[in-house]
Amino acid sequence: MDKVTRLVSEKGIVIFSKSSCCMCYAVIILFKELGVKPLVHEIDEDPEGREIEKALMRLGCNAPVPAVFIGGTLVGSTNEVMSLHLKGSLTPLLQPYKSP
Amino acid sequence: MSSASTQLITSRKMGIYDPFQQVSMWEDPFKGDISPNTGASTILQVDAGLPNKSEFNSHELTGPSRNDEEGNNTADKVRRRLAQNREAARKSRLRKKAYVQQLETSRLKLAQLELELEKARKQGVYVGSALDTSHLGFSGNVNSGIAAFEMEYAHWVEEQNRQIFELRNALQAHVTEIELRMLVESGLNHYHNLFRMKADAAKADVFYLMSGVWRTTTERFFLWIGGFRPSELLNVLRPQLEPLTDQQVLSVCNLRQSSQQAEDALSLGMEKLQQSLAHSIGAESVLAGNYGSQMAAAMEKLEALEGFVNQADHLRQQTLQQMSRILTTHQAARGLLALGEYFHRLRALSSLWAARPREPE
Repeated sequence: MDKVTRLVSEKGIVIFSKSSCCMCYAVIILFKELGVKPLVHEIDEDPEGREIEKALMRLGCNAPVPAVFIGGTLVGSTNEVMSLHLKGSLTPLLQPYKSP
Repeated sequence: MSSASTQLITSRKMGIYDPFQQVSMWEDPFKGDISPNTGASTILQVDAGLPNKSEFNSHELTGPSRNDEEGNNTADKVRRRLAQNREAARKSRLRKKAYVQQLETSRLKLAQLELELEKARKQGVYVGSALDTSHLGFSGNVNSGIAAFEMEYAHWVEEQNRQIFELRNALQAHVTEIELRMLVESGLNHYHNLFRMKADAAKADVFYLMSGVWRTTTERFFLWIGGFRPSELLNVLRPQLEPLTDQQVLSVCNLRQSSQQAEDALSLGMEKLQQSLAHSIGAESVLAGNYGSQMAAAMEKLEALEGFVNQADHLRQQTLQQMSRILTTHQAARGLLALGEYFHRLRALSSLWAARPREPE
């Protein structure tokens, strides 16, 4: 979907979320704790929210939120983010986007 | 093969099956062998009058394999163990199936009785609280998913004790790397089974899981989103894994820190959930019509809990996996032994605490 593609190329770290989703909140907090400022897009506050949701699910997100994109590529949802972090692979991915 | 392997003892007084009074059908074959400080508290009470069935054959490892026939012995042991595992898993599945069927029958009976009770109550007849429905899950229905979980968990603990015993023996006897690797894989697999069971239980009743009522009192003291904090466990275990290489020390440190960060994020997510739930319920319903939508919003929030419990278990699982990658086979075996013994002692502590002499009033 165009909007999704456009959004994920706008900034290094993009997280699709819903304002009512507490798991999304947890993931966003984690990224902030790791020293980055993700662009958070609340799809329940977007008139095209439904379309975005469908697009995310087509890309493979079961949830569909939170959906995390780094450098324009879909990293995954909570499971993937947590696994990557425990492996030590998340921090290197975030390195280019850290605030000085 | 066991024919009547699932004989359930119903509470004959009431003619009602109460899963929380249920009797253990499996005797722990290693009861006599486990060290004296075992206060192994199982959830189920053992009725002395029951025929005891030993599900596990005791021809497990009792000594080291002989060096000259090492290769063949090891391969045989591997095959035998795999076959035993398959057999145990199959039996477990059959037991579970039979048990659940029995539960369904009892559930129907219980529902009938409840209807009669309601009728009697309405007619002003006093009925005692023997059928206190709060124990039996929502709406007074027997939650068969939870009852099945309790049964499986008790069984899991017994198997855990057996594995600890085996690990300890293997380490003392200096068995081969392959043997040790197998034991480590079994151990990791066993935890994997626990998380699978918990996932099913979370679907059945997430609050039950989160309350920790299925664990002993001391374990409950450490409860964090339905289980233990992985970073805390790493702290406890680390000293027992020495000596570690510098690289290993660094890796374990990083793992602990990552886990801590993930845990903190989940904790904050849970707090937000609590706040928004409180907000949903607390919001003033100016119009009578709001109540319904308020409740609906609150119900949606509650559904998110299952996700949190699953994520917490995911963290626990991943921590175990990562540790098994960082450590050598021997270290991993020691780690699993230490972990198992730690929980075992916590459970024993619970029993001691419950049995402690108290001052007379």
